[in-house]
Amino acid sequence: MVGGAAVVSLISRWAHRRFERGVRYTEQRLGGAPMFKWLMRYVFPDHWSFLLGEIALYSFLVLIATGVFLAMYYVPSSALTVYHGSYVLLHGQQMSEAYESVVNICFSVPAGLLLRQTHHWAANVFIASIVLHLMRIFFTGAYRKPRDLNYYVGLTMLMLAILEGFIGYSLVDDLLSGMGLAIAYGVALSIPLIGGQLATLVWGGQFPGNSTFFARLEIVHVFLIPLTLLGLIGVHLAMIMRQHHSQFPGRGRRERNVVGTPMWPAYALRSIGLLLAVTAVLFLVGGLIQINPIWQWGPYHTYLSENGAQPDWYIGWLIGALRLMPNWELVIDGRTVIPNPFWGGVAFPLFVFGVLYAWPALERRFTRDQRRHDLLDRPRDHPTRTAIGAGFLSWVVIIFAVGATDRVYYRLGISYVGEIHFWRAGIWVLPILVFFITRSAARALSRSDARPLRGWQGAVMRRDLDGIPRVLDESAGDEPGEVTEPPVGTRPGTDG
Amino acid sequence: MNDGPKGLGLIAGLVVALRVVWRTLRGRPASSAGAAAPVTEPPRGEDPRQREIPSDRRAETWVALLLFAAAACALAFIVFYVIEQFDTQLLGLALGGAFALLAAAAIVAGKMVVPQATEVEERDELLDAAAAEEVVEMVEAGGEGISRRGLLTCATCVAGGAVVAAVATPVASLGPAAKSLHASPWRRGVRLVKDVTAEPYTADEIEIGSFYTALPEHGDPEALGAGVLLVRLPPRYIHLPVSRHGWAPHGLMAFSKICPHAGCAISLYRYPTYAPTSVAQPAFTCPCHYSTFLPGRGGEVVFGPAGRELPQLPLMVDGDGYVRAAGDFDADVGPSWWGVRRS
Amino acid sequence: MTRLVRWWWTRPPRLPYAGRVLLAACLGTVGLLGIVASSSGQSGGTAPASPPTKRPINPGPGDLTTSFPSSPALVAQGKTLYDNGCSSCHGLALQGQRGVAPALTGVGAGPVDFYLSSGRMPLQGPRVEPMRARPVYNAEETHALIAYITHAGGGPKVAPAADPAAGDLSQGLQVFTEHCAGCHQVVGRGGLTIGAWVPDLQRATPLQIAEAVRMGPYVMPHFDSKDIDQHELNSLVRYVLWTRHPSNAGGWALYNIGPIPEGMVAWFIAVVALLIVARLIGERTEGANS
Repeated sequence: MVGGAAVVSLISRWAHRRFERGVRYTEQRLGGAPMFKWLMRYVFPDHWSFLLGEIALYSFLVLIATGVFLAMYYVPSSALTVYHGSYVLLHGQQMSEAYESVVNICFSVPAGLLLRQTHHWAANVFIASIVLHLMRIFFTGAYRKPRDLNYYVGLTMLMLAILEGFIGYSLVDDLLSGMGLAIAYGVALSIPLIGGQLATLVWGGQFPGNSTFFARLEIVHVFLIPLTLLGLIGVHLAMIMRQHHSQFPGRGRRERNVVGTPMWPAYALRSIGLLLAVTAVLFLVGGLIQINPIWQWGPYHTYLSENGAQPDWYIGWLIGALRLMPNWELVIDGRTVIPNPFWGGVAFPLFVFGVLYAWPALERRFTRDQRRHDLLDRPRDHPTRTAIGAGFLSWVVIIFAVGATDRVYYRLGISYVGEIHFWRAGIWVLPILVFFITRSAARALSRSDARPLRGWQGAVMRRDLDGIPRVLDESAGDEPGEVTEPPVGTRPGTDG
Repeated sequence: MNDGPKGLGLIAGLVVALRVVWRTLRGRPASSAGAAAPVTEPPRGEDPRQREIPSDRRAETWVALLLFAAAACALAFIVFYVIEQFDTQLLGLALGGAFALLAAAAIVAGKMVVPQATEVEERDELLDAAAAEEVVEMVEAGGEGISRRGLLTCATCVAGGAVVAAVATPVASLGPAAKSLHASPWRRGVRLVKDVTAEPYTADEIEIGSFYTALPEHGDPEALGAGVLLVRLPPRYIHLPVSRHGWAPHGLMAFSKICPHAGCAISLYRYPTYAPTSVAQPAFTCPCHYSTFLPGRGGEVVFGPAGRELPQLPLMVDGDGYVRAAGDFDADVGPSWWGVRRS
Repeated sequence: MTRLVRWWWTRPPRLPYAGRVLLAACLGTVGLLGIVASSSGQSGGTAPASPPTKRPINPGPGDLTTSFPSSPALVAQGKTLYDNGCSSCHGLALQGQRGVAPALTGVGAGPVDFYLSSGRMPLQGPRVEPMRARPVYNAEETHALIAYITHAGGGPKVAPAADPAAGDLSQGLQVFTEHCAGCHQVVGRGGLTIGAWVPDLQRATPLQIAEAVRMGPYVMPHFDSKDIDQHELNSLVRYVLWTRHPSNAGGWALYNIGPIPEGMVAWFIAVVALLIVARLIGERTEGANS
């Protein structure tokens, strides 16, 4: 025991000496000590909801690691081959080499199925955490100046992530994803004027495309989009560090400071802990819960399909829109100007993302607030924004849920045709109800607090006729003369 | 280990175990950094800075134990990889468990072992109006003395546009012109054959109340226009437009199998055993968005988002009784686009 | 224009808040009902006077069949059961009833056994879709009814059958995908078509599957032996039986229906677990109530 303690202390002293020498070695070559000092002292506000973006980032790292492994086995070829591997049900069946390579990953490569499932679960969790992160950003007003630029970067990453996930599971060329690719082809064709030529260029001809189609998909999935995402992540993180993270109001927290935990040692360890937890959860579900059992669906053929086919959840909002649309096709003089899939597959997502992109500018216009904001709102303190967000979100979520009404009919017996007709009107009525309910709930919550913001310290100001802010309540001020940022809810004449 | 609920129970157990660990660690004297905030409101302007050194040997022991347990799990993974390679559940449990224990160690260390500090940093002022003006002036100074600004700007724009267009031009190599979308493998006389065996269909074997998938003989089965639905209806229930007179010999009808909405294969067919108490008409339905087409009315859409009817293939029966196409479709198959030929 | 809109938008409301919500809800409900009501009759377009129906396909030479016990006593028992339980819809002479039930003359043993052994008949009402239920008649009574109906109505006294052990799983997957998966889902988990609920096949017996394939119950199409021959039928049945325990090498299979339950797991298991971890790591907003 004593000997053990002596050995341990010897090792730790040796490690310390080596570390010191290592730091001097690097310093002599790079002179980075000031930067390291800055980094180690960097302060992160501690709220748990600020970790959602990190969950997305760490899922992305798992995606890259597992993806590299998978890319080494995947064959991006639509050339036909006959299966003679270990999975009995596919024996003797004709399939593409791409599909065969993935079936081999599942059954012939040690740990292949674990890594493939972890990769697919990581994609789902990646996009889910981005969506949660986006919701946190929206409902706390973190997209306001100066972070609107970063917000645009984040939205772009969300679009790319959704596209990346769709392409990823379409690479497999199984029956389920092949049907999805056909629909993507139909949506591409539906773009007015240029859709026909665009789809022909992307697919290399009419669907199912030429012999290089899977190679193209692979290049986009393995190289182009991940590289773009990495670049955008770098820009995203750099902007956060330049501006410092936003924070909720509280003890000692002002617009012009950041209060939180310094990077070293506590925050770094916790962040590493989150990375390890994300990896843990993904490997656990990757091993224990089956996802996309492509060997059960069988290979894709243009002339085959199955009932109950669904895309992954992050495309579900589009299938809902496609199913809901009445069969309107704009035909002028024999020309199909707007084919039907355009509404649900192009116009709808463009509109949703358009509103999201436009929101910071719209809010600045309607609240006439051009100031810089580094303190966050609690959702209840900005009831109209929260209500609009909730209403808009409920609109998208209902359309997403409509995409699954066929299974609802199967399980509960509610007529599918009836559901479609009901929701064609319901998707317009329900979000309005959600808006009103959310707004009054937020107002009620906001009013019922003893103080509008927990721990908020500051002065209540009013702008006089010359436009000069004057402190209304001297006793509430911090230091004399300091202008602090009162919460929106207490400023007269604005939303509350 | 293929049992789902067993695996789920294990995950739940792991989560619960971690939570129990956390809770036991949490129940410590109030002098630690994680204590509840004081009941009274702190005086205004109080400095939130603090630094607390936990000095918690128990927490340190936990971290060490968690790390050793993680090592054991990781070793278990290596062992399982060697002896039980294809048991995905065991592999996932071992590797996931190793990471989970490592995560627990890092989190416990990060919250209870290392010094806990709250610091304050000032944010930078972002708008330095003077410096921004200087930047603009510096950039413009680069053009000092240039007299023909307009000409040069114009020339640069023209050159830039042209070079971008040139660099983008090879994109056109990716695929053929859009009119290739009209292609179809069906011509007059092509026989309808079965999948897999490529045996031709005879008119006699087509039963009322059944549906058959047919492909063009010697054609590419994966072409969008290849797959065809072959059915027979009692002739007196068929109502086709005048332009399709003779397209359904003895009630035999063929339609494109590809839905004109978004391109999925139509693989649902309903044919009533007793129409008065079920459905009135036989119909095809596409499984993707449930567009429904009536073969008895030439592929007319009766439900769903499809914007045009299902293209019909004219049929004829040759002297040997085989079913052949009597021509190509009268409309383009597959999803609509700007230049699609509608029937 | 914008000023007008802004004026209208910012006018003080005249109704109290509750009144506005109520008005919105009423208008919404009226609108919805109007649309739902107009959706009736969507299942098939205009109906001609006597629409097309199909007859079951009789077993041919070379088809595997199964026979049922028959005797005069059984026929008599069957007649009693029939008169009590079936004749109100199908007629005392098996002639059917217009607009209520089809005739049973010539249907043969297969359909009778299928509908009775799966509990689809007797039906609650004429327009109800026949669905699997606990059979009303036990095996002996079923045989009696089969004996009577084939005796009195004609039609084959044997039912089409299949031998799953003689089938090939890979061929079964191919045949099933081409003919059946469009309605029944590729591993037989059921679904829908416009006009009918489609059952999962997890409880169908090999005999019932063979009978259904050859007869096409309700609105299901039927497939004769020129389309699906006996070997293919054996393979198909073997595949359907396999779908009860498909190869789930990946772990918990989530009922094998695909991305819907997978999305639920991603959100409610994986993301929730990570949210718990995030809550453990991070702090809550501090203040008087924390």
